[in-house]
Amino acid sequence: MSNKKNWPLWEVFVRSKNGLEHRHCGSLHAADEEMALENARDVYTRRSEGVSIWVVESKHITASNPEHNGELFEPAQDKVYRHPTFYDLPDEVKHM
Amino acid sequence: MNNNLYKYILGIADNSLILGQRLGELTGHEPSLETDIACTNISLDLFGQVRSYFQYAAKIAGDQRTEDDIAMLRKEREYVNVLLVEQPNRNFAYTMARQFLFDVYHLLFLQELQKSKDLTLAAIANKSIKEVSYHLRFSTDWIKRLGDGTEESKAKMQDAIDSLWTYTDELFHQTEADKVMVQEGIGVDVTVLKKAYYEKVNAVLEEATLEIPESKWFQKGGKQGIHTEHLGYLLAELQYMQRAYPNMEW
Repeated sequence: MSNKKNWPLWEVFVRSKNGLEHRHCGSLHAADEEMALENARDVYTRRSEGVSIWVVESKHITASNPEHNGELFEPAQDKVYRHPTFYDLPDEVKHM
Repeated sequence: MNNNLYKYILGIADNSLILGQRLGELTGHEPSLETDIACTNISLDLFGQVRSYFQYAAKIAGDQRTEDDIAMLRKEREYVNVLLVEQPNRNFAYTMARQFLFDVYHLLFLQELQKSKDLTLAAIANKSIKEVSYHLRFSTDWIKRLGDGTEESKAKMQDAIDSLWTYTDELFHQTEADKVMVQEGIGVDVTVLKKAYYEKVNAVLEEATLEIPESKWFQKGGKQGIHTEHLGYLLAELQYMQRAYPNMEW
């Protein structure tokens, strides 16, 4: 069976019932997006109610290159003035 | 003990038990990991439903019997599942066709059972309906995928539908217990579901570019305990441990 050719890889993102954002929770092979959704529901959510699932075919994701970590991420670390930490956050503001 | 109610519950639950067992046999043998998980999932749903029904039946029986006794210590002639669900897993198309032909019925049935005057049955139906909607979605998708897939998958799906068609009419037969339960407002009058059933099934078959079988000859007997030769073997495997070591805690 030519699964590998016809069943591309999908990345699965799930937002749980009380969750705030979708989190990447794994990947799976499926023939199309509907099947990917069904499988993701079985494998990653046990069909809990009130969850949201995103599936994205892996080829559509562009990832940053670890070799470029230096220029991408490091410049910010030693420049405290770049971080918004110099004021107090009111208690009413949650989830920051 | 309300004998009719007891029999009526077995009439519903045995379908799920036997079909669940058939799907369980496929664990690890499906065409892909994903279908493997899905079929095992459906099997688990069905067993969950069976437990609810049998626990209720055991309570109605009022003697010492348990849900396990009801599942494991009846003989072939005492099982009242429809013939459709005991048919073996010949190939994936066959498994999906059997699933689809049962799921369409199952959903229609549970939608009516939700209105039962018996609150326990109504509650079980209410819980199961969500599961069965999912089963139907899954099996319907596969009817279309295989029917409207390649030449070979289409031929296999057509063959599966043709072979299983003869077991569909039995879904709408009533036993004496069924009739009494319908009169009391507890049971579902399955005869009125028939039209909606074939409309739904035919619509999916058409969309899957499959032929609707023309055969008007149908097989029956499961509801009276007269089964195909497949059930005996299935029960031998299912019941072995209980028969070999009865009355054990597990």
